[in-house]
Amino acid sequence: MTQAIELNQVWKFYGDYAALRDCTLSVHEGSSCALLGRNGAGKTTLLRILGGLTHFQRGVVTLFGEKPRAENARRHSGFLGHGIGVYEDLSARENLHFFASITGNSSNVKALTDTWLERVGLSRVATMPVRQYSRGMRQRLALARTFIHSPRILLLDEPFTSLDDRAIAMLSELLTEARQRGATIVLSTHQLREALAIASHVALVENGRLRYTGERTQEMLDDPTLLYRLHTQLGVPE
Amino acid sequence: MSLFSQAFAVARKDLAVELRTKESLNAAGSFAIVILVIFSFAFDSFSDEMKEYGGGLLWLVFAFAGALVFNRGFARELPNECLDTLLASPLSGAALVIGKAFANFTMLLVVELVSLVVFGIFYNVDWLGQAGWLGAVFALATWGVSILGAVFGALTVNLRLRELMLPVVIYPLMIPILIAAIELTNIVLTRRSISEDMQWVKVLVASDIGFTGLAWLLADTILVS
Repeated sequence: MTQAIELNQVWKFYGDYAALRDCTLSVHEGSSCALLGRNGAGKTTLLRILGGLTHFQRGVVTLFGEKPRAENARRHSGFLGHGIGVYEDLSARENLHFFASITGNSSNVKALTDTWLERVGLSRVATMPVRQYSRGMRQRLALARTFIHSPRILLLDEPFTSLDDRAIAMLSELLTEARQRGATIVLSTHQLREALAIASHVALVENGRLRYTGERTQEMLDDPTLLYRLHTQLGVPE
Repeated sequence: MSLFSQAFAVARKDLAVELRTKESLNAAGSFAIVILVIFSFAFDSFSDEMKEYGGGLLWLVFAFAGALVFNRGFARELPNECLDTLLASPLSGAALVIGKAFANFTMLLVVELVSLVVFGIFYNVDWLGQAGWLGAVFALATWGVSILGAVFGALTVNLRLRELMLPVVIYPLMIPILIAAIELTNIVLTRRSISEDMQWVKVLVASDIGFTGLAWLLADTILVS
């Protein structure tokens, strides 16, 4: 099976502090990996390294065999961080048009924009500036922005946090679709049930180390806190 | 998608945001007008000598007004973590910086045009007859300062004192461009031929090519922490 993502003995330091310590992880193409762990464990740092947003000091990271900053790697990845990543002074249409145009689909930018506006239910307010949107509308726009170029790798940092019901349903649907078309998903989360329902694999991060990596089992679904109880010294997060 | 198409998309997006908010244009434009008006009271602005100093005054104003424009360039990407989104996208670092420089360039040219009108009125300088040459000089010099502003805007965007740090860092590097621009502007305003002092044109062209090349090469290193 092809490896979509590979981390080999990766270390990341902020000054003297090691945010990631000797992390090794492989994610097969088409699988979905839930990064679990307490706040400050290193999940976001790991995702930022995969997204090419930050350097690391030791180790090797590849996305489809290329470095995270390689153009080919970035062309095939979609990143949703803590911020929604859209411009408040532009309309939803202008935002999506911009992101569609920089992802390389120059021939069908308009059609793609219209399709996604319809899909996330923002067609009627497409020309309004985003600053006038409700929180839920912004979240849906952020989802459209992330998925608009049908990325082969999805890097999602706590994607369920503070989403409204409609956005949660939309994200779950988009993730299911992405899996069906063979996309690889890495998501960090505190929402154990939602994450484990989507994940085919789990990786447990504690103090910058990967304590456990493996397939998601039925036992984990039955008891989402099992993983923490078995593999961490700190116990189940609140 | 080519680097230039991506850069064009970034510039178009920045200019669209600016047209909505007008935060850079209002700040830089009003600053430029106020300084030109105040200096017109401080000096004998109707003397013939003013044409000799006009270039210096104008480029001093443009340099300070430019810092206001450049500071907003990358700061505009901070809300909602838009900069991270752009860096994780297929957009190349070079396209991002060059796109920002092009947006800076356009905004600064607008400020320069407004300033020239004020300069013409308050200093009794008829520059309309020389508009072509003046436009060429302004375009060459403005691209140089704009690309510098974009590169160092990217470098200082995450600093707490970026409004202070950006001018401190870029002004020393702007010196060759500013000297050349001042000399050429004075030549044009005094209706002498630019061919007398072609070395200043060469300085501007070399600065533009050099700084654009550096931006191209170093963009990714500057942008990713």
